[in-house]
Amino acid sequence: MSFAILATEPLAPQVTRFRVSAPRVARSHRAGQFVIVRVEANGERIPLTVSDADADAGWIELIVQAVGHTTSVMAGLGAGDELPDVVGPLGRPTDVEAYGTVAVVGGGVGTAIAYPAAVALAAEGNDVVAIIGARTKELVILEDEMRQVAGQVIVTTDDGTKGRHGFVTDALADLITERTIDRVIAVGPIPMMRGVAEVTRPQAIPTVVSLNPIMVDGTGMCGGCRVLVGGETRFACVDGPEFDGHQVDFDILDLRNRAYLEFEACHRQEPSDAHA
Amino acid sequence: MPTRKERLAMSRTAMPTRPADERRNDFEEVALGFDAGAVVTEASRCLLCRRPPCVDECPVGVQIVDLIEHVAEGRFAEAAEIVAADNSLPSICGRVCPQERQCEGACVMGRKRDPIAIGAIERFVADYIPPAAPAAETTGHKVAIVGSGPAGLACAGDLARAGHDVTVFEALHELGGVLVYGIPEFRLPKSVVADEIGRLEAQGVAFETDVVIGASDSLDDLLVTHDAVFIGVGAGLPRFLNVPGEHLIGVFSANEFLTRLNLMKAYEPDSETPIIDIGGLPVAVFGGGNTAMDAARSAVRLGAGSVTVFYRRSDEELPARREEIEHAKEEGVVFELLTSPLELRGNDEGKLTSVVLQRMELGEPDESGRRSPVPLEGDTFETDVSLAIVAIGNAPNPLLTNASPDLEVGRRGTLVVDDGGATNKTGVYAGGDIVTGGATVILAMGAGRRAAAAINEYLVGA
Ligand SMILES: Cc1cc2nc3c(=O)[nH]c(=O)nc-3n(C[C@H](O)[C@H](O)[C@H](O)COP(=O)(O)OP(=O)(O)OC[C@H]3O[C@@H](n4cnc5c(N)ncnc54)[C@H](O)[C@@H]3O)c2cc1C
Ligand code: FES
Repeated sequence: MSFAILATEPLAPQVTRFRVSAPRVARSHRAGQFVIVRVEANGERIPLTVSDADADAGWIELIVQAVGHTTSVMAGLGAGDELPDVVGPLGRPTDVEAYGTVAVVGGGVGTAIAYPAAVALAAEGNDVVAIIGARTKELVILEDEMRQVAGQVIVTTDDGTKGRHGFVTDALADLITERTIDRVIAVGPIPMMRGVAEVTRPQAIPTVVSLNPIMVDGTGMCGGCRVLVGGETRFACVDGPEFDGHQVDFDILDLRNRAYLEFEACHRQEPSDAHA
Repeated sequence: MPTRKERLAMSRTAMPTRPADERRNDFEEVALGFDAGAVVTEASRCLLCRRPPCVDECPVGVQIVDLIEHVAEGRFAEAAEIVAADNSLPSICGRVCPQERQCEGACVMGRKRDPIAIGAIERFVADYIPPAAPAAETTGHKVAIVGSGPAGLACAGDLARAGHDVTVFEALHELGGVLVYGIPEFRLPKSVVADEIGRLEAQGVAFETDVVIGASDSLDDLLVTHDAVFIGVGAGLPRFLNVPGEHLIGVFSANEFLTRLNLMKAYEPDSETPIIDIGGLPVAVFGGGNTAMDAARSAVRLGAGSVTVFYRRSDEELPARREEIEHAKEEGVVFELLTSPLELRGNDEGKLTSVVLQRMELGEPDESGRRSPVPLEGDTFETDVSLAIVAIGNAPNPLLTNASPDLEVGRRGTLVVDDGGATNKTGVYAGGDIVTGGATVILAMGAGRRAAAAINEYLVGA
């Protein structure tokens, strides 16, 4: 069994959207869940969040940033190529209820992971405010898609080439003084999610973050993805990937994600967190 | 045929093994197996007891005496049929069963001298099992097997032989369960497991990898498309120590360490899965079972400077197979018995640097009859460690049971079943580690076969 790539589309430099035939995953996928993918015969297993799925047509979409070996190999694939393994949907779906106004904050490719949550939250009747951040103009992704589901979209770039000059955290800090925000979902690099959690902590706004520890099996079998949340060990692949941002120990997550930097430096170049 | 006296005078034929100095450097198989001469010699030592205690101790009742008699006469093909009647995975069980606690432990010869090498004989004859063929008549009944460990494989084989249409669903990208992700190549070559799976394919069993039942398709979905389901999902949830520092870089569950090596082949230069470089560095393994031995001996092969097994009871209680303990010692693994980790310590980069241990002594026997370890107050010590592997056991993986709340689950997360493996849900059977908690390959295989018989009866009547 292998999984055919049906189409690819470049979204930004180094960022590609893949449509992949995976009928079983497509049938039961819900926002917030991910798949484990292997790209080559001797390849590692990497987690990739499902950004969209069509149960009837049997496909899922994955948005992948080429940051290292495996994701770079994947970036070189196109329609007609096949992925040897795609398994899922794994992890718990995003909690989706009628909360009121929800800020969906995406940093870099994290926007791709935040997007299905925005869709699901809007469908449940929430007023969604999307904050999309990127280093620079070319890296802003899914802005049009977000506008379809969000009542308000704020774009920020670190270098000021598009939208507001600054970080998503600056935009969020202003937003929560301007209007009532009932819930925040943040997906992106660790410093960004940590920053968001700090912005919302004083007002105790419920804040969900989507964690990206190193994974192997993705089914709860290895414990490599363990994170410390509220002083307890949790497995991100089965208990997460979304957790209460105010309870997550980001220091430990950050340290553990650096475990293989030396291997990557000498064996190849690859940060392990595929969706940072 | 040697006389009884001559038999008693013969000593046990040693299993040929590769020298420790050589095997420490690679992942190839350690025990090489008997040749035809050695196996006949060893079989001819057997006293052929009329009421053989070895058969009573075999969890699946292999007719050991009958088997050995045929081997002693050089009738290997017939011997293979005798084994195959009770054991669907003899080439695997011959390598990994704890024989010293089962057949060989009961061997009459073992009372005064060394027991017959039953495991090695079983392993030899397994090569003579004839190729499998699809069942002559099919029933039209469809059965789904969840999990491709020994329980699932054994169940699948018997059901296919009975003419049912069997599909095995496996979460990982390789088939075999613990046999491929846990037990290392040097103890159980993956080609042996692949051969067993090939035999099942020849019998018409279909396999689908990359399917997590409970995540994509639910148990109820399977019951729509199949007439019965067998759950053999194992006990794959690693336990941690719950001591400070367990999140440091360099602390692994044995499952993760072994999966990176065995399933992902991290020891091969072209594998894309990383493993921390432990060349020349001190490694600690916590635990004393087969998993701990496999982790320790794998660390030796990765070039660790030293490998120490820290176990909280004494040598006698070590749960691992004796052969693995001996092999580990030969390969330079050091045993620090009656010790228990208190804390893992690291540096500014979050990397493990040392472990603090508590010395223990054996106290009163607990409910299980084993003397439980108690701390020796104030007797602690610290030792340098760069990699620590936690091998203190696995609990049932709750993924499938959480997704099927109507299944009856016992106190420890295990599935509750009757003697035939039937769960409380009609048409759903279970066996192996998901029912017993972490146990053995042979018990899982036996449970898979009992469930296959019960499923067959459920589908077509006795
Ligand atoms: C390192 C190690 C060494 C061991 N050494 C020995 C030994 O020397 N001798 C011995 O007798 N025993 C040994 N054991 C124990 C033995 O391996 C197990 O008792 C045995 O494998 C259990 O078989 P099983 O079929 O119940 O489950 P497993 O072998 O655990 O197989 C279960 C399979 O189900 C799959 N699965 C889980 N959930 C799902 C799902 N929801 N959907 C689809 N698939 C799923 C898993 O991926 C796995 O492949 C060892 C165990 C370990 C971990
Ligand atoms: S990735 Fe192995 S337990 Fe989560």
